[in-house]
Amino acid sequence: MAELPKKPFAWQKWVLGVVMVVGLIISAQATGTNLPMFFQNFGQFTIIFQQMLSPDWSYTAYVVDPLIETIKMAILGTTIGSVLAFPYALLVARNIVTNRWVVGIFRFILNVIRTIPDLLLAAIFVAIVGIGPVAGVITLAIFTFGMVGKLFYEAVETIDEGPIEAIKAAGAGKLEIIRFAVIPQVSNYFVSYVLYAFEINVRASTVLGYLGAGGIGVFLQRALSQFRYDRVGLMVLVIFVVVLVIDYVSGKLREALI
Amino acid sequence: MQAKPVIKFDNVSKTYPNGAKGLKDINLEIMPGEFVVVVGLSGAGKSTLMRAVNRLHDITAGDIQIDGQSITQAKGKQLLEIRRNIGMIFQNFNLVKRATVLKNVLTGRVGYYPTWKMVFGLFSKGDKQRAYNALQQVELADKVYARADELSGGQQQRVSIARALTQEPKIILADEPVASLDPQTTKHVMDDLKRINQELGITVLINLHSVELAQTYGTRIIGIRDGEKVFDGPVASADEATISAIYSGGEEANG
Repeated sequence: MAELPKKPFAWQKWVLGVVMVVGLIISAQATGTNLPMFFQNFGQFTIIFQQMLSPDWSYTAYVVDPLIETIKMAILGTTIGSVLAFPYALLVARNIVTNRWVVGIFRFILNVIRTIPDLLLAAIFVAIVGIGPVAGVITLAIFTFGMVGKLFYEAVETIDEGPIEAIKAAGAGKLEIIRFAVIPQVSNYFVSYVLYAFEINVRASTVLGYLGAGGIGVFLQRALSQFRYDRVGLMVLVIFVVVLVIDYVSGKLREALI
Repeated sequence: MQAKPVIKFDNVSKTYPNGAKGLKDINLEIMPGEFVVVVGLSGAGKSTLMRAVNRLHDITAGDIQIDGQSITQAKGKQLLEIRRNIGMIFQNFNLVKRATVLKNVLTGRVGYYPTWKMVFGLFSKGDKQRAYNALQQVELADKVYARADELSGGQQQRVSIARALTQEPKIILADEPVASLDPQTTKHVMDDLKRINQELGITVLINLHSVELAQTYGTRIIGIRDGEKVFDGPVASADEATISAIYSGGEEANG
């Protein structure tokens, strides 16, 4: 019997490992990363954290309205973005539109939209439409459009093609095919993705206010610049609870859908 | 007066974009009320032949006429109207699994409505009744509001027969309708198709794997080998030698 041959030396893996470690060290040096400094400031962190731990409860009444505004922004942005994303997703799904060029071009546009960070969008729209929730809504709408559009068309592309063939054989045109063979197969996913986008948008919109795009973020930014960490603590707590509740409810709904 | 063929193939060929031959110069006439079984090896071109009839697949040469009208040359609305008269049944049933049985059956009527009505899903009361009648014919009236995926394979296939019936077609194409069913449900589905053929006079063109089934239910057998029609005649005349010739030396082709 032949002896079990030795496992060949995986030199590629070793080279790759060494390259990665060296790369990490070089990039840390190039950007001036200083780990000790990070811990030097740790003392300050505990001071701020202590202040945040004793929230200014009297501020609660002032926080409710901007918080509602934040949620409103999220609802509006999610709705507008999703409504636009729906027909667009059908346009870029390969099994619905067979023209490669149409799909290619519109998919490229969608990809470009998705690569723009939401904070950058917010900064742009605060500059265009001015400080306030409108900038936030537009930002969230575009952000939602990019994300949900991609999720939508991927869902459309995974459907069972059988019903499409069947309804086509019955003499249906394109719109009827979409209506009776595509939508019934994906509608639950669509609703689920919209809820998911809403969850993300509630979280994102709290930060957007920071750039002047309305909602509770504006108050958060004000409190931070006034070093009122007790108020910051309160807002963080309130946002945390609200986001948690919305995530939980929406998560349960999505579970029920799929 | 001589009856006119309901399906007529004139020198029909199909070459796939990659050069593979799907169908080779097929001539065929099917008369109203026939129960024609197409047999052959997998990949011989049976499915392609089926899908050529209602133009789910385009052919590359020749002409196909449905009831005297060329489907090959039909455009737009005309094509949809010809398709409306041809029901189709598939191996995998092709139902929308999340939708109710009724909704699935109703989609057979889609070809009879203007698009805007369909976008809102506005089916008439008469058509809902028609769908229910079709379900009664396949003995699934009690499942009308069940979700399609709650049904067994055999039941789903009968729902798809009901969908085809709701179309009130002149022809029913059945592409391997029993290939994924057990022997008992196979018999049930085949009996349903036979009854539809005899009682409603609907022409049936069906693909089958099993020669035995072909001989039990068919009135006429067409043998396809390598995209060519190698046999065409009444069931009685298809003896063992003919059958083994159909199933011999089949090289893999598309379709």
